Amino acid sequence: MKGKLVGMNGDRAVAFAAKQAEVDVISAYPITPQTIIVETLAEYVNNGELDAAFIPVESEHSALSAAIGASLSGARVFTATSSQGLALMWEILWIAAGLRTTIVMAMGNRALSPNINIHCSHDDAYAARDTGWLQFFAENVQEAYDLTLMAFRISEDHRVLFPSIVNLDGFILTHALEGLHVLEDEEVKRFLPKKQPVNPIDPEKPMTYGPLDLFDWYMEHKRLQYVSLEATRPVIKEVFEEYGELSGRSYSPVKTFNVEGAEVVLMVLGSSAGTVRYVSRRFAEKGKKVGVVSLTQYRPFPKRELREALKDASVVAVMDRSVSFGSPGAQLFMDVASTLLQAKRNPLLFDVIYGLGGRDFTPVDVEKIVSKAEEVLKKGEAPEEPLWVGVRGEE
Amino acid sequence: MSESLVLKIKGWKDLPIGGVIPEPKTSLYNKTGNWRAITPVLDNKKCIRCLLCWVHCPEPAIIRNEDDSVRIDYDYCKGCGICANVCPVHAIEMRMGEIGNEG
Repeated sequence: MKGKLVGMNGDRAVAFAAKQAEVDVISAYPITPQTIIVETLAEYVNNGELDAAFIPVESEHSALSAAIGASLSGARVFTATSSQGLALMWEILWIAAGLRTTIVMAMGNRALSPNINIHCSHDDAYAARDTGWLQFFAENVQEAYDLTLMAFRISEDHRVLFPSIVNLDGFILTHALEGLHVLEDEEVKRFLPKKQPVNPIDPEKPMTYGPLDLFDWYMEHKRLQYVSLEATRPVIKEVFEEYGELSGRSYSPVKTFNVEGAEVVLMVLGSSAGTVRYVSRRFAEKGKKVGVVSLTQYRPFPKRELREALKDASVVAVMDRSVSFGSPGAQLFMDVASTLLQAKRNPLLFDVIYGLGGRDFTPVDVEKIVSKAEEVLKKGEAPEEPLWVGVRGEE
Repeated sequence: MSESLVLKIKGWKDLPIGGVIPEPKTSLYNKTGNWRAITPVLDNKKCIRCLLCWVHCPEPAIIRNEDDSVRIDYDYCKGCGICANVCPVHAIEMRMGEIGNEG
């Protein structure tokens, strides 16, 4: 593991990464649990440690709007949000992606109201899934730091030019103090050269941004955006590999653990992956194979890598830290189901709802999921309803 | 103006990224007069040179002459009818059908 070992919580680690990335503009509005990120950046700017414009705005809607203007003018731009803040940004998310800005946004994942909750669910990440942003999930503080740096590099690559969201679980990562290895400023500088903007706002070369676009060209613009987002996949891998060589920490779109020959596989996003892997390791000691698949890259959805990761699975428990009301399953479940269906692979699939609003997720819960998966395997039939783990009352 | 980038766009692959219009003055060749369904026809004999139509035209597709008489630029007139509505002497009549220079 390369780099100096320091202790930071997730929010401070992300802020530190943004500082090392020498962002030009920070446009943000505070919201728990990401507040420490922008507070820390405000301190850096105030202390003169970071030469950036810090734009305090009156809402998240404005935060992202200002970030778009700054990004289009050629600046390296950072913002952060959570939950209700993301919801207020929502219409602007589409614009940030469609105008091909390179904003990097950290999201301290938090449950959406009602009732008011400040703890972790993945509702906010899922709410942004269709908007055209790239999305990454950190499993620990180290990954939150690393992914923030990589997000700048990926977004600003001329083969990409899309904004990125780095997800880190609210409180579990944003507020947890962990040891992490950080790169030297000079190393980051080499990894992240100055942004080279494409079509920047320039009075010498006037252009129209975001004009009216009716039935005559709107569809062609969407086709171009679709194809361009699909084309980011190899670039993301390339940056993951390059960063791996630089840092000694390897990254890939899909992380697998004990999947070879495992009939039962659990799929998960974010910080819970470690808990699931811990249980899988304990089962392995007893000679039982339980595979674990987690995603570092959530958008674009790593279809090919996921099919490969699940090729031996007979039953897959897809864990969602969210509810999608009225849908055939929660959000990750629907993604996994359609990915496998397209590949004409049909392991038994069922949805697991866990950890909503920061509800503790323990090894005992993982064991319950594994028992359910084994039951499904024995019966040869998957339940239509999701399994709710860690909830009180009748099943 | 020099050769337009926009006129070379045939399909989605030719589009500039981010949906920008990469040059100014595209209205020089993007003639919106062909949106028109009804067409203003001016009777110059009735016109009293008050210029109310010139003031109100949102395009502007009413062109003011040296002597304050007006003419209609059918390349850009979308046929909204405001000019006919504000004319105090009913010198402008809105007619159906293809009239004027159709962009």
